[in-house]
Amino acid sequence: MPIDKSMNVLIVDDYKTMLRIIRNLLKQIEFNNVDEAGDGSETLAKLRSGNFGLVISDWNMVPMTGLQLLQEVRADARLKATPFIMITAESKTENVIAAKQAGVSNYIVKPFNAETLREKIEKVLGNA
Amino acid sequence: MLDTMPTTPLTTRLAEIRARYPASAPEMVAEVVRSVLTSMRGDLVSGEVSLLSEVEALGRTIASAKAEIAALRVDDITASHIPFATDELDAIVAHTASATHAILASCETLDAVSAATSGAMAAKLTDATTRIYEACSFQDITGQRITKVVTTLKTIEAKVANIIAAFGERTDPLAATLPAASSGATEASLLNGPQLPTAAMDQSDIDRLLASFD
Repeated sequence: MPIDKSMNVLIVDDYKTMLRIIRNLLKQIEFNNVDEAGDGSETLAKLRSGNFGLVISDWNMVPMTGLQLLQEVRADARLKATPFIMITAESKTENVIAAKQAGVSNYIVKPFNAETLREKIEKVLGNA
Repeated sequence: MLDTMPTTPLTTRLAEIRARYPASAPEMVAEVVRSVLTSMRGDLVSGEVSLLSEVEALGRTIASAKAEIAALRVDDITASHIPFATDELDAIVAHTASATHAILASCETLDAVSAATSGAMAAKLTDATTRIYEACSFQDITGQRITKVVTTLKTIEAKVANIIAAFGERTDPLAATLPAASSGATEASLLNGPQLPTAAMDQSDIDRLLASFD
């Protein structure tokens, strides 16, 4: 099934440099409708008021972590089916297991490249 | 009477005394030991002399350790060295963030040029800027690594302050600033930042692990 690259993608990171990098990498792989959020509560507000086909979030954020954000999304009846990719430097087995148990759609470890980003998005949206 | 002294080991008795009088300074203990020895030496049998010599040596060791620590000027570690190191590390993060933003801005300009051209030249430009974007994520990784180093330095700072406090110096104990011990499988124990390359799982390891759930 072809991927709809015109969908709205919400990227979440409390670190502006990473938001800028991910936005540009998404642009390189032809996802141009990208919005940003700097923390969990801003993310939830945007998700509840908007129409996003994909969330790409960092894990290590405060006060709400990416894992807690994922749990909030999965607990919300309207948002729970939204594909959610975690991008993080946390690469321990227990992190991947915790994310999977919370309902993550895919998991990208930093540092990553555009090809990995494209491949994981296609896999997640292909399964959506 | 000395012949009724308990036979429990010296270290145990000292620990009991320390527990009973937690506020007593080490030099106080040393002074008491010296006073006892001065007043009692003449009445002691050889075993007791040996025991009290051991205690006296212990007192000297404490006094000597205290003098050595004072000579090291450990106050400088908490007052100057560690704050300096953490400030320097913070400055590294700030400078690399600033440089990364400058690089990203230039890349975005190149992307605009690429969009205005076409063919092989545009593709080459896009490929080059993509590699630069990917490489710029170093800044996030190094930032997280530096944060881990700063946390370690602050832990050392707190422990040094506690040592100074234990030896009766003026520095206040910083026990409250020590990181809390990990409490089982809380999420805090999952936040470790980037692993060293020798210990880290790479993307293919993570893909295999995720696939094992399917």
